[in-house]
Amino acid sequence: MSAKDLSSHAQSDLNKDILKNSERKEHLTFIGLSLPAILAILIVVFLPIFWLSSLSFYSSSGDLSSENYARIFNSSLYLKTFFVTFQISISVTLICILLGYPLCYWLTRLPNKWSAILMVFVLVPFWTSVLVRTYAWLVLLQRNGVINSALISLGIIEEPLQLAHNLTGSIIGMVHIMLPFLVLPLYAAMRNIDMDLVRAAKGLGCSPRSAFWRVFFPMSMPGLFAGVVLVFILSLGFYVTPALLGGGRVQMLAQRIESTITVYSNWGAASALGVVLLIISLAMIWLMHRAFGLDKLFMR
Amino acid sequence: MKSTVQSLPISLTDLSKHYGLVKALDKVSLDIAAGEFLTLLGPSGSGKTTLLMALAGFVRPDSGSIIFGENEMITTPPHKRGLGMVFQSYALFPFMTAAENVEFPLKIRGISKAEQRIRAERALETVQLQGFGDRRINQLSGGQRQRVALARAMVFEPRIILMDEPLSALDKKLREHMQIELKALHDKLDATIVYVTHDQREALTMSDRIAVFNNGRIEQIETPERLYRRPNSFFVADFIGESVSVPVEVSSNIAKIQGLSLKTNLPILSGRGGYKLIIRPELLQLTSNKVPKTSNDLSGHVHDIIYQGDSVLVIINCELTGLINARIPANRVGQKGIPSKGEWVGVALHPEDTIIVPEQVS
Repeated sequence: MSAKDLSSHAQSDLNKDILKNSERKEHLTFIGLSLPAILAILIVVFLPIFWLSSLSFYSSSGDLSSENYARIFNSSLYLKTFFVTFQISISVTLICILLGYPLCYWLTRLPNKWSAILMVFVLVPFWTSVLVRTYAWLVLLQRNGVINSALISLGIIEEPLQLAHNLTGSIIGMVHIMLPFLVLPLYAAMRNIDMDLVRAAKGLGCSPRSAFWRVFFPMSMPGLFAGVVLVFILSLGFYVTPALLGGGRVQMLAQRIESTITVYSNWGAASALGVVLLIISLAMIWLMHRAFGLDKLFMR
Repeated sequence: MKSTVQSLPISLTDLSKHYGLVKALDKVSLDIAAGEFLTLLGPSGSGKTTLLMALAGFVRPDSGSIIFGENEMITTPPHKRGLGMVFQSYALFPFMTAAENVEFPLKIRGISKAEQRIRAERALETVQLQGFGDRRINQLSGGQRQRVALARAMVFEPRIILMDEPLSALDKKLREHMQIELKALHDKLDATIVYVTHDQREALTMSDRIAVFNNGRIEQIETPERLYRRPNSFFVADFIGESVSVPVEVSSNIAKIQGLSLKTNLPILSGRGGYKLIIRPELLQLTSNKVPKTSNDLSGHVHDIIYQGDSVLVIINCELTGLINARIPANRVGQKGIPSKGEWVGVALHPEDTIIVPEQVS
């Protein structure tokens, strides 16, 4: 071994401490930069949730009790609210799938230029206030609104249809508002599907229909799942549209929470409802995840 | 996996396809023999992939005829053409295991579950992937994915297999290994293979015949050796192999550079445009003596010497032609013959190796 080899051997710790220091500094900078955001999330999101859920365990007289939860499961009024909430959320989600899936499929088949233009049509309502859109539906759907008068003048119906101030009106309005939430993730997922896969399936003997169901549809499942979860969870806690288009006859969970606080000032009962809604939402995501075996699909 | 089915010949007549003003295919006619390994070679945009996609049924031609065996296929949808196809991206289904991918075409054909498994296993064995059936696609390396794609394309014993640059995503070493394997596989299978590539070396290695594409037309279709040694145009000579080209004058079948006539034993094909002498580095003979009278004399001074591992490239400044390259093998005999920079060196080009081509085929 030459002298040079020996010396380089002895100095294999060259700059070791300096490099270690610079690595630690980089870590600290990273933590320092993300700390404000972490704190903000803790204070703005987790603290209120924690505080709210702790409220639900106190009775109106201030004692620690489970009466708020007992009331939810014993009162038929509350149970009916839960039933209506699920009925609307499931209907809205299903209708969104039926409308949104073919729309997305069609958009992905179009040349880029056209699909970009059509995406704007999906997004413009998305950027308009929910309140404005809901009132617009009220104008269209009410007893002597545009749709009813058009149908009567065409002689299709004699009596105006009851489209607003009921379940139907709430669902129509909510589908309109929820559709972009399904379309956006689904369209992104479909765009990423390698069309060579569909071509390969056809080359291997699949008819166009079978290639769609065996290859394209399973590949679009992660996007569909993301959209369905968004729409369903948002629907569970939706307030404005059912409150206006339901005409007071449709009571969803969010409205019940609102009236519990504004009318009865019962914070304990309201927060118990909120906690149950949160638990149901998480349970739904977990159930859907299990049912569709999504861990399998997300693996690429 | 020798099968009872017979490979099919393919006959194309006047196949044309336009994309706007671009002629992707310009009246291409081509006969492919049953069991042949035919490569479509050309630069990107030359029409080779369009032709393959038309064969598969994914591109609808404007006019022409595609016949497999006896049957006209021009309007037959892809799933009824019964072809095996290997894509550049492999196109393996990511939500299935390797074995499920290979079983897929059998499943579509309604073959029993038990037989599906046996045949898929046998196909995976053929591509040396026994025991990999349960792996997910993302657990396989590029080379293994390539093999699964091959197994899937041949498991249902198609009589024609189409391959679209299947090796282009692999690294050089693996690619060269797979070329030899694919060739061996073709000998085992009874299938006509149509293979698309832009890699001329790959085409030379594997093919029975090569069709060279340029601007939507077939420039030349020949066996690899004839294509390399007897190109019919400057495009083919330039695209295949390494070469330096020098313009020459041709009149009454005699080629001249600066008034000096070239000796050649090869026919000078007629064509459009001027003529060019094609000088391939490995065809030049370096000597310290005078060049024999029977060969063409391209002697000059050594301009530069480049060591390339397997060989040494000697760049010579020839008075007649300008800079030309000569290749010397890097073995002991070759090493001895390496001249030094600036030295005068004799360069002989044998009349058998003197290739003169027209600019374009007529």
